[in-house]
Amino acid sequence: MRESPSDNLLTPTLLTMEGVSKSFLGVRVLHDVSLTLEAGEVHAIAGENGAGKSTLMKVLAGEHAPDTGTVRLDGTEHSFTHPSQAQAAGIGIIHQEFALLEHRTIADNVFLGREPTRRGFVDRRAMEERTDQLLTELGESVKAGLTPRTYVRDLPVARQQTVEIVKALASDVRVLVMDEPTAPLAEHEAGLLHGLVRRLADRGMGILYISHRLREIFELAQRVTVLKDGRHVITARTAETDTDQVVRAMVGRELGAYYPPRAEPGEWGDAVLTVTGGGNRRLRGIDLTLRAGEVTGVAGLQGSGRTSLARALFGAAPFTEGSMTVGGTSLRPASPRQAIRAGIALVTEDRKAEGLALRQSVRDNALLVTRAVPTRGRPPAGRGLTRLLERVRLQARSEDQQAQYLSGGNQQKVVIAKWLAAHPRVLLFDEPTRGVDVGAKAAIHTLVRELAREGLAVLIISSELPEVIGMSDRVLVMSDGRLAGELPAGADEEDIMRLATGHPDHSDAA
Amino acid sequence: MSGAALARPALKTTAARKSRLTDPAVGVWLATAATAVLGWLVVALDGGQLYTQANIVVILSNCVALGLVAVGQTAVILTGSLDLSVAYLIGLGTLVAAETMEGGSVLTAVLAVLALSAGVGLANGLIVTQLKVNAFIATLGTAFILRGYIEDNYTGPAGKVTASFQRLGYDRIGPLPVSVFLLVAVAVVLWLVIRHTRLGHHMYATGGDEHAARLSGVRTRRTVVIAHVLCSLCVGAAALFLASRLGSGAPWAGTEARYDLDSIAAVVLGGTVLAGGRGGVAGTLGGVLLLAILDSVFNQLSVDPFFKNVVRGVVIIAAVALYARRGSRRSA
Repeated sequence: MRESPSDNLLTPTLLTMEGVSKSFLGVRVLHDVSLTLEAGEVHAIAGENGAGKSTLMKVLAGEHAPDTGTVRLDGTEHSFTHPSQAQAAGIGIIHQEFALLEHRTIADNVFLGREPTRRGFVDRRAMEERTDQLLTELGESVKAGLTPRTYVRDLPVARQQTVEIVKALASDVRVLVMDEPTAPLAEHEAGLLHGLVRRLADRGMGILYISHRLREIFELAQRVTVLKDGRHVITARTAETDTDQVVRAMVGRELGAYYPPRAEPGEWGDAVLTVTGGGNRRLRGIDLTLRAGEVTGVAGLQGSGRTSLARALFGAAPFTEGSMTVGGTSLRPASPRQAIRAGIALVTEDRKAEGLALRQSVRDNALLVTRAVPTRGRPPAGRGLTRLLERVRLQARSEDQQAQYLSGGNQQKVVIAKWLAAHPRVLLFDEPTRGVDVGAKAAIHTLVRELAREGLAVLIISSELPEVIGMSDRVLVMSDGRLAGELPAGADEEDIMRLATGHPDHSDAA
Repeated sequence: MSGAALARPALKTTAARKSRLTDPAVGVWLATAATAVLGWLVVALDGGQLYTQANIVVILSNCVALGLVAVGQTAVILTGSLDLSVAYLIGLGTLVAAETMEGGSVLTAVLAVLALSAGVGLANGLIVTQLKVNAFIATLGTAFILRGYIEDNYTGPAGKVTASFQRLGYDRIGPLPVSVFLLVAVAVVLWLVIRHTRLGHHMYATGGDEHAARLSGVRTRRTVVIAHVLCSLCVGAAALFLASRLGSGAPWAGTEARYDLDSIAAVVLGGTVLAGGRGGVAGTLGGVLLLAILDSVFNQLSVDPFFKNVVRGVVIIAAVALYARRGSRRSA
């Protein structure tokens, strides 16, 4: 662990937030929260969803004006009312949802809102030269293949994040807020990002790093602040605290084992879903069997075809080759509707765009599938709705509450309820706990295992390796659109990465 | 993390290297050229002659009014808004022009029309941004208000356009009507604004993703308001041109030619996405010319109006379907 720059008394505090409070419609979201950030420091902010992290950062970034409290940057007090003011003062924020224009170039995006002009016209050449320079400064591994004229829509998520970082650099940001930056990234991409964050800190930038992932907090940050229910709980040096203490502060209780116990081999039932030689534009030669009672994990780098596999099984981007059986009947679903009728369910990775009708109630969301695809012989789940919502341990004010007002974890529980209402045989999860807080995460994991116990075949795709490893009875690793290998329960991260990166021969043993 | 693990998925360089041919602005001009040749062939087979001097003048003149409106419409649509009030604004604009000229100078009339247009544009922009009324409804509302005023005060043509001003509508330089230069000038100005000024960049940003634009420090509301003012000013120019062409104020000059929907059709045909954020003036002009040539071909062949409209409808739907295909292939 590097020495914290704050040990040097000569360095002035870069940023001080003091006594910040904020209410929305009479609901207090932040109570008297204070925070400091030194130049060159990575300061992690942790807390469950709804703890107030995002609101605190939005106050800092000028998106919300605080009710009370002050923000001081280099000793100067600021009160921002528009993001452009915070930006001008040197505060940059990278949101979970990127603020990028897909159909514009990297240079256009980097200088958005601050385009340099010459004789009244935008000086595109200056924009491109400066962008290129910044990309080069970040190093060849980051730049690789990016040019100022590359369109953002042509970039994978991880590289779009790079554009966001360049955008912050271009505006001479001194305080950079990163809101769960590794959430959409696979492990190796997260590693790259960590390197980049360290480099930014070394340049003297102060970084507020919001994250659910405790491991990266301890790897990256010098200090960690935990918020709970809008209040400040602790701020501690990462060198002087440990995971348990932080988790306790976050959830207000001890968390036992993170993952529920696995199934015993004898608990597996018959094959429920099989694929032989499955392929389409993104997948090749997929042979797969999902058994009742078994949780199968799928790991792989971003772009390896993990999501494509789920979408193919679910008929959203169907297999064009090979054969598939569901419950012993030959069926290769050509549409989600066919898949649903056959008893396949998919919890998608993008909950807000694909999983929920955000402005509809919990009830309407939970009944969406059963209303859309009435299946003969299965009882309509309408009456059992309350029981179902209890089953997934949903915490909502009522069944009438709009889905958009739920926390990420509770939203995910609604999505799961929606599928359980249709009595599926096969449950596919793509990133089951992305953007979900620690408490809800454990609840979802427990629920998934329960469902497997009851005889469902479960497939879990996740870019969080600990999740894949902790949850799965066996792990399939994908690489380049194929199943690169299968590992037994308890496989370690290195084995998985070796298969995922297509270097199985790198293993020095065996 | 091992070195091997750092291997990143390669960039799709082929996708990044965008082919010029798949750019809608280029595509629509190619389609226009094809239509021009095909139209000439069909008319020639019918024993006619499409590109007589007189007919070229007609085609180009027909382009001017729709072109001016569509160029303005491009600005609002790019910004993620829409203007359905253009047709009534044209009607009112011709009336204001003709009636002012009857008693005053040409200059006052021009200024009066532009002031009226700027006012309507400002109103549209403020209703959309401040009252947060969806642009479709907001501009439909102002369209009703304008219509109410026109219907209440006029039953037919009114006012008289000064003879010297009518030259705008009828004079030619060589084979080109002078009004074409008005269209070209307005289009060039708007192209410069959209492509090469900060305002233009912010218009793309606001239309592309308003939230992202705001978070990047773009004053999105102001951008939308200015786009509406620009659009209405273009419509004012169209009204002036039509007034000079018709010789008097014509309450229904805009609605009879359906400039509201036709301008949107031309914009979309030109590859500008109705949701905003992509497209531009060049494509729109191509769309306008394409529609004008089609019209001329149909007139030459004296096709019945039903068939004519069917073809227009098919062309627009086919174009947008093509763009959509290409768009989804890229994002796939």
